[in-house]
Amino acid sequence: MSSGTVIFVALILGVTVLGFFAARYHAANLSDVDEWALGGRSFGTIISWFLLGGDLYTAYTFIAVPALIFGVGALGFFAVPYVTVTYPIALIVMQKFYSIARERGYVTSADFVRDRFGDRSLEIAIAVTGVLATMPYIALQLAGMEAVFQQLGGAFAVSNGFIALLVAFVLLAAYTYTSGLRAPAMIAIVKDTLIYITVIAAIIIIPAKLGGWGAIFAKSSAALAAKTPPGDLLLKPGQYFAYATWALGSAFALFIYPHSVTSVLAAKSRDVIRRNAALLPLYSLLLGLLAMLGFCALAAGYVTKNNSSVIPMLITQFFPDWFAGVAKAAIVIGALVPAAIMAIGAANLFVSNIANGFSEARVHAEASRYKLLTVLFCIVALFLVKYLQPQYAIYFQLLGGAWMMQIIPAFVLSLWTRWFHPKALLIGWACAMIAATWMAVASGFKPNITFVIGGGSITGFLALYALAINIIVSALFTLVLRKAPSEAYQA
Amino acid sequence: MKGRAWYALLVLPFVGVLIPSFYNRAEPALFGIPFFYWYQLLWVIITGVLLAVVVYATRDTGDV
Repeated sequence: MSSGTVIFVALILGVTVLGFFAARYHAANLSDVDEWALGGRSFGTIISWFLLGGDLYTAYTFIAVPALIFGVGALGFFAVPYVTVTYPIALIVMQKFYSIARERGYVTSADFVRDRFGDRSLEIAIAVTGVLATMPYIALQLAGMEAVFQQLGGAFAVSNGFIALLVAFVLLAAYTYTSGLRAPAMIAIVKDTLIYITVIAAIIIIPAKLGGWGAIFAKSSAALAAKTPPGDLLLKPGQYFAYATWALGSAFALFIYPHSVTSVLAAKSRDVIRRNAALLPLYSLLLGLLAMLGFCALAAGYVTKNNSSVIPMLITQFFPDWFAGVAKAAIVIGALVPAAIMAIGAANLFVSNIANGFSEARVHAEASRYKLLTVLFCIVALFLVKYLQPQYAIYFQLLGGAWMMQIIPAFVLSLWTRWFHPKALLIGWACAMIAATWMAVASGFKPNITFVIGGGSITGFLALYALAINIIVSALFTLVLRKAPSEAYQA
Repeated sequence: MKGRAWYALLVLPFVGVLIPSFYNRAEPALFGIPFFYWYQLLWVIITGVLLAVVVYATRDTGDV
């Protein structure tokens, strides 16, 4: 076994042990759902920083962003303005949601919707959306792990990495079942530390070996121009709207995913959330540097149909073997953390809002069903990895993101207004879900869709179009339903 | 500034990065990095600073 592989295995085993011991952090009765699923709502600023960072910046993110840069150039850099403007949004929205959630004992976003509007159908719609959007995301984390196992070769690559993945999955399920959210919270400390070390080392070592940024961008420009279709170092004017809407729309969606809500609700106070809104942008800088590595891959002369392989390629080519072991462990652990939180988040929604409904009596419910559902969702994700072609997982993820945005009127806007009628919100949601799905299929599952209007065409983020439809339809039906004399709805 | 008015600072990042026509160019480059890229990376830092200022200045103010 090479030194890199030894280090890799040691780190993975280390975090596994940490996952089981995590139950002892602020030890409490883990059969209480607040303790198991939300860490007892006890996490301080630093733990929350690691948890949220580990949650929002997944292995998939680290592989996919450089892959996009490698594939198309400038347009792929949308991820940077995206994770820039998401924090002002997060501050405003999440500090308000946290205050209400803490007071009313919410575990999920759908809890808020049910409590606010008293409508069971709307509650289920919101919850189902969250579960559907999360499934492909978990699958992609597992797929990312599998890709690293394939790269490691030897025993790890048996069955195309699936056996190693199965082992990792069993360990993940076991310590998540035992310790709940505390497990990914503790492991996130290791994960994020490793990721920072890896990216900082990469951004120092690799550009130096490639002759500096001037040379890197010159070679990237040529490499991008040679692709089909050709990429570019700068945007074309026809891409401006797509770039801006893709960034803005994604920024709105990030914090309303079930796993983000779960991590936010685990904080011990509103101040923890506020401080993290200011501290988390450090991860955004990390992501920016990672995106720059995509150009390094172009400059290094890689030619591949599989864009997702560029980060593993860079690691293998430019790092000494032992450090490559660290980097690969960072990616695998970088998948384990969000996979665990996403499974918990999806389970929270299913048990709290689909199988049962929100009620004040449910506060401090029994955790056993949440634990079982979490494991079940991990199993479903494993099936998706095994039987769904990777390209379809990515399509599903894209669609999931567009769907996720459609809870904004009921969940986000309704933090400030009770004006919308719940049935109107339901109709708006349904129309938007259909519109988003149709647009995704029509665009070939690209995030941006082109419409031809008059003499010209406009390309924009389809999820944002669906949200616009959502708001307009919800508003129209609210006006209609509020006027109907038979409606007994009270604001 | 009074309480909630500080939040208005948070409009700046949106204006800074969501209008690509403002910054879609290669010059002036910094350490060989085209303007388009280092400008957006700079805004990550600026936004972090703005958020720190706003969070501190509004520490005793309620939600927006």
